[in-house]
Amino acid sequence: MSTKTLEEKQYLIRFKCDTKSHLTVLDHDVCMTQCPDKICTVFCPAEVYKWEGTRMQVGYEGCHECGSCRIGCPYQNIKWEYPKGGHGIVFRLA
Amino acid sequence: MSEKFDVIVVGAGPAGSACALTCAQSGLKVLLIERGEYPGSKNVMGGVLYRKQMEELIPEFWKEAPLERPVIEQRFWMMDKESVVSFGYKGLEWAEENNYNNFTVLRAQFDQWFASKAVQAGALLINETVVLECIVENGKVVGVRTDRPDGDIYADVVVLADGVNSLLGKQLGFHKEFRPDEVALTVMEVINLPKEKINDRFNLSDNQGCTIEIFGDSTKGNLGTAFLYTNKDSLNIGVGTTLSSMIKAKLKPYDLLDYLKNHPMVKPLIEGGESAEYLAHLIPEGGYRSVPKVAGNGVVLIGDAAQLVNAIHREGSNMAMSSGKMAAETIIEAKHRNDFSESSLNLYREKLYDSFIMKDLEKYKDAAHTFEKYPQYFNEYVPMMNKAMSKFFTVDGTPKRDKQKEIMKSITKERGVINVAKDMYRAWKAVK
Repeated sequence: MSTKTLEEKQYLIRFKCDTKSHLTVLDHDVCMTQCPDKICTVFCPAEVYKWEGTRMQVGYEGCHECGSCRIGCPYQNIKWEYPKGGHGIVFRLA
Repeated sequence: MSEKFDVIVVGAGPAGSACALTCAQSGLKVLLIERGEYPGSKNVMGGVLYRKQMEELIPEFWKEAPLERPVIEQRFWMMDKESVVSFGYKGLEWAEENNYNNFTVLRAQFDQWFASKAVQAGALLINETVVLECIVENGKVVGVRTDRPDGDIYADVVVLADGVNSLLGKQLGFHKEFRPDEVALTVMEVINLPKEKINDRFNLSDNQGCTIEIFGDSTKGNLGTAFLYTNKDSLNIGVGTTLSSMIKAKLKPYDLLDYLKNHPMVKPLIEGGESAEYLAHLIPEGGYRSVPKVAGNGVVLIGDAAQLVNAIHREGSNMAMSSGKMAAETIIEAKHRNDFSESSLNLYREKLYDSFIMKDLEKYKDAAHTFEKYPQYFNEYVPMMNKAMSKFFTVDGTPKRDKQKEIMKSITKERGVINVAKDMYRAWKAVK
């Protein structure tokens, strides 16, 4: 079957998760008070960012390490590093 | 690790492996550092690998490299909601070994093989290692700090092939953070489909491939493209727009991909396929004006790290390889002079600006900006073109001359005569 949802897409990928997040929202108040769109929750290709009412939940485990959130955050509020060597996403095909 | 190398290459993608291979072949002591589990495990591309620049590195590579299909047909679709205007070129000369033009590839496999050629030539490859920063002493890059214990490693030259995000280039101040209109966010799926079905649906034989670039409704009229490429027994289907367009239109990239997969012009081609992988990546599409400083004291930038992508012609990995080779040749000469200063390594910059890479980027330097600023090319002209073709080809008793008049009238009515003229002139200027 061809995938229909993001969950199905993410399920196809191999991840070697680190125990610590390589993505950090620097100030959750900025998301709450200055950023009505919370656009990272929209354009992130893996829906890593989810707004939970008062803070941004960061599901770094499913991150593709593309860098969009770092560049696209209108407030430069995301600290973006690479996961520890050998960790994170492991593409097998393309 | 207190050993010193001649060259440290950060990143084992096409640029890094090309540079490591060329340096190692001339006897330099090369360390190639890859952050992934293996080369290719972090790398993504739509899938077209050009012959020319690869052949300059490894003659007759197609005899042993893991390739999918030689591309013999390139199609371009201007797609509306329920129609498509298509054109393209299919040539059997591209199916002949002497004339192969490009191939579809799966990067995780290709990159592993390419890096192994650098290793065979004598380069040392270490995987699963992140370079945290360049070590700078007295204004000169002298090595790298890795995330391994005692992870400082030294070299005469550090080559940054660390990809589109190039955190290391930013650390050195060679470029600022990129703007959302300088990068394209692209998502794709690999969809397994039996070889016979691919051959039938795309009108191909076993060792023949087809690429389709899709404009218009594939991005819901936003600045970007979609693609559908044939592998041996799978398809790569993907779509991307500039990150700024994605933000402005509040698009979810995977929704756009599903929209494409379900589009009536696309769906029959992928029907019955099995999704095998989903991948997201950024493409540096800022072009000529986004290319950062590419050489400094003890350091050079190559490939995506130097933003070397021609988005109009979907060329990138070839530019990566070619830039890697030019950087290597410069480093080899610098080694003879024993001078790794910026002025010595600037020879690489000269080579780069004198090559097809910077000449092509210069040619299209206004294209991205023009299409970003004037979205009518994607969201108005593509539907207009479809309507015009429909009208022209529908036989309903109207004389052809009257049809032509009607078509011209409907186009100028939508945009205005002067605007149409302006749009045409602007587009021509951007790509001339």
